[in-house]
Amino acid sequence: MGRYVARRLLQMIPVFIGTTLLIFLMVYTLPGDPVRGLFGDKGADPATLAAMRHQLGLDQPILVQYWEYMKGIVLHFDFGTQIASGRPVTDVLGDAFPVTLRLAGMAFVIEIVLGLGLGMAAGLRAGRLTDNVVLVLTLLIISIPVFVLGFIVKSVFAFELGWIAPNVSNDATWGELVAPAIVLGSLSLAYVARLTRTTMAENLRSDYMRTAVAKGLPRRRIVGVHLMRNSLIPVITFLGTDLGALMGGAVVTEGLFNVKGIGGTIFESIVRREGTTLVGLVTVLVLVYLFMSLLVDLLYAVLDPRIRYA
Amino acid sequence: MRGAKSAKWVAGAAIIALAATACGGGEDSKSNEGAKGAVDPDGIFSIEVGEPQNPLQPANTMESNGSIVTDAIFSQLVDYDPAGKLEMINAESVDTTDSKLWTVKLKKDWKFHDGTPVTSESYVKAWNWAANITNAQTNASWFDGIKGYADVHPAEEGAKPKADAMSGLKIVDDHTFTIELDAPLPYFAYKLGYTVYSPLPESFYADPKAAGEKPVGNGAYKFESWDHKKQIKVVRNDDYKGLDKAKNGGVIFKNYTTIETAYEDLKSGNVDVLRQIGPKDLPVYRADLGDRAVDKAYSAIQTLGVAMYQKQWKDTDPKVLQGLSMAIDRDTITKTVLQGTREPATGWVAKGVLGYQPNVAGDVTKYDPAKAKALIKEGGGVPGNKIFIQFNADGGHKEWVEAVCNSITQATGVECAGDSKADFQADLDARDAKQVKSFYRGGWVLDYPVNANFISDLFRTGAAGNNGFFSNKDLDAKIKAADTAPSLDESVKAYQEVEKELVNYMPTIPLWYYKVNAGYSEKVQNVDYAQDGDPILTQVEVKK
Repeated sequence: MGRYVARRLLQMIPVFIGTTLLIFLMVYTLPGDPVRGLFGDKGADPATLAAMRHQLGLDQPILVQYWEYMKGIVLHFDFGTQIASGRPVTDVLGDAFPVTLRLAGMAFVIEIVLGLGLGMAAGLRAGRLTDNVVLVLTLLIISIPVFVLGFIVKSVFAFELGWIAPNVSNDATWGELVAPAIVLGSLSLAYVARLTRTTMAENLRSDYMRTAVAKGLPRRRIVGVHLMRNSLIPVITFLGTDLGALMGGAVVTEGLFNVKGIGGTIFESIVRREGTTLVGLVTVLVLVYLFMSLLVDLLYAVLDPRIRYA
Repeated sequence: MRGAKSAKWVAGAAIIALAATACGGGEDSKSNEGAKGAVDPDGIFSIEVGEPQNPLQPANTMESNGSIVTDAIFSQLVDYDPAGKLEMINAESVDTTDSKLWTVKLKKDWKFHDGTPVTSESYVKAWNWAANITNAQTNASWFDGIKGYADVHPAEEGAKPKADAMSGLKIVDDHTFTIELDAPLPYFAYKLGYTVYSPLPESFYADPKAAGEKPVGNGAYKFESWDHKKQIKVVRNDDYKGLDKAKNGGVIFKNYTTIETAYEDLKSGNVDVLRQIGPKDLPVYRADLGDRAVDKAYSAIQTLGVAMYQKQWKDTDPKVLQGLSMAIDRDTITKTVLQGTREPATGWVAKGVLGYQPNVAGDVTKYDPAKAKALIKEGGGVPGNKIFIQFNADGGHKEWVEAVCNSITQATGVECAGDSKADFQADLDARDAKQVKSFYRGGWVLDYPVNANFISDLFRTGAAGNNGFFSNKDLDAKIKAADTAPSLDESVKAYQEVEKELVNYMPTIPLWYYKVNAGYSEKVQNVDYAQDGDPILTQVEVKK
């Protein structure tokens, strides 16, 4: 087990270097120059442009820039500075991540609790009314685009009923984040429910279930231990990768509810060609993905006794 | 349905607010009690402003989110009144006899927010610092024209400055300094009102970067805090000696992810002043806000820039461009597609600028399909019979570009297509690299309210804003003559003549002037917008 984890951690190094390099190169090849962009319609004189590029190190060859950047991250945990504002990227990350973590965490909890609950209810009563109701409900959620859902939530709960403020304020308190978290988690919730329902319905008919019933085990133990443990494997796989998606892919939800998190920052960095910010953000997200997938793999062993890691 | 409901809500909130003030009124506010719109001189209001792109250094701030904040914190020598007239702010006088040597006298008792006095050196040193190439300030080229600029800011890329200071700036005494220009410029005093000509306190130079995070200025507001991506707070400077002393206690610049969310917050009372209304809310904002809705022209223009370097236009008769211009139905497009957010342009200089003349382009900006067709035919037709309009897809321009294209095609039969670039950066790249196929979307907001700003800075050969690389020797000579005219009036007049002639060259096709479509909350009053489209912060009054 320990050796397996160590091997996996070592494997992260090439993945980490590969992804960051790829993103660095992609930002570099995008048309548009971040320094020229500072001047807008007004035009810029070449000497000032050259001086700014030189100060930012943008006149170096791309691989040298990448090398300097990685050196900064690894040696001093320094993600560089933003081109326009001159702020350290670690500050930008520090501003955006706490909010995003809270939002993604809440969405994640909603997704697990409601998704698993609905999935179990449907799976255990496959083919009956509950199952059909859950099917309709989840299909509905899956088919509605996020921004439509967000808009509906806002106009009903904020404007018509007045239960919530339409936008998240600067403090981004837990209470204010409930509505965006529901919108953000709803799509994944539906997927989790569908996945859980299918695997449970399938496993209900398997041999070990029949054995367990035949042994005369109590129903709680049959469902809770035997059925759930095996049915959860695909769901865990989905959840593991979904946390990263919730953090990085919340651009629409964040924009709708005025949440100043990672999604919006990533979008803005792309628009402004802030390569260092973008790579910094994505680096953290890559790390999140890597650790989540390691965690998922380790959980497999817990859930399925047949899986052993040497 | 929803409108009715929200109106009820507002009414309810107003009653609660009244009750609250009645309770908490106390004795000290008795004098104002009952008067409609009683004003709290220390009230703080909030305004929607995005996160400034740059640190808050006056010479490094070009985009609107940063400049509205630096303008609040810094005052310059002069400013303009709404009619475009020059007003002395920090300067006692700005005099010249030959438009080449300018003498600035400062008002004596001005202080920076840290208590140090504002002297001639505060100005001269700041300008020398900003112009110096090693400090790489985006607005450095504004000092071009002052004698010795080339020494501190060599034109060659990568060259080192030859001097630390511009020889044209001389300190006479603590409150007097002179500015010598390379060549006479009658409207130079107007340039001095731009943010880049701000003074800087001595503390700035120790750590310019930190000063950009926590600026110390001499303006009507003192900087208090900057919570990145959330808000910037400034408070009234009680020691302020200028004419534009703040009538409120301070301003909070609030950051919103989208203008739609800001509008929702305006309706629910979480933000007081907006700078613009999103397309989604434009159809309803007048009904929602009533007399708190703002709809006002400001000095900015949108044009179709012509890529003069392309084969299509190199030797083409300007009549063709006149014809294309007449094929654009500006009235209908501004009313429908643009939902009344623009006003059809009739010339190249925007309204509210010194020397603005109505209808200068004559028939050329009037919609007349028959004449358009005739003109294009007379000029030899559009080479290739197809044109492209380049725009950036992230700026909400697609709709009107399509409408303009349709209008041209319907009126003249010339094929027209939008040429979409992913975003503004890519759009600029193509313009600089001379890759624009035939037209590009151009926008220009005034820097200083003199018509030269809309002509010299856009159509002179080699001007930084001349993205179409238009070049004409006659016109250059006339611009030069206008620049060297003996007085401001004569210079403005000369530029008016130049503008009249532009119709024969058609360096750009004028489309429309911008309007401010905005609004404010019930908490504030006396909200007005300046020529650059920004609200005049110091005038805003917060109600009790």
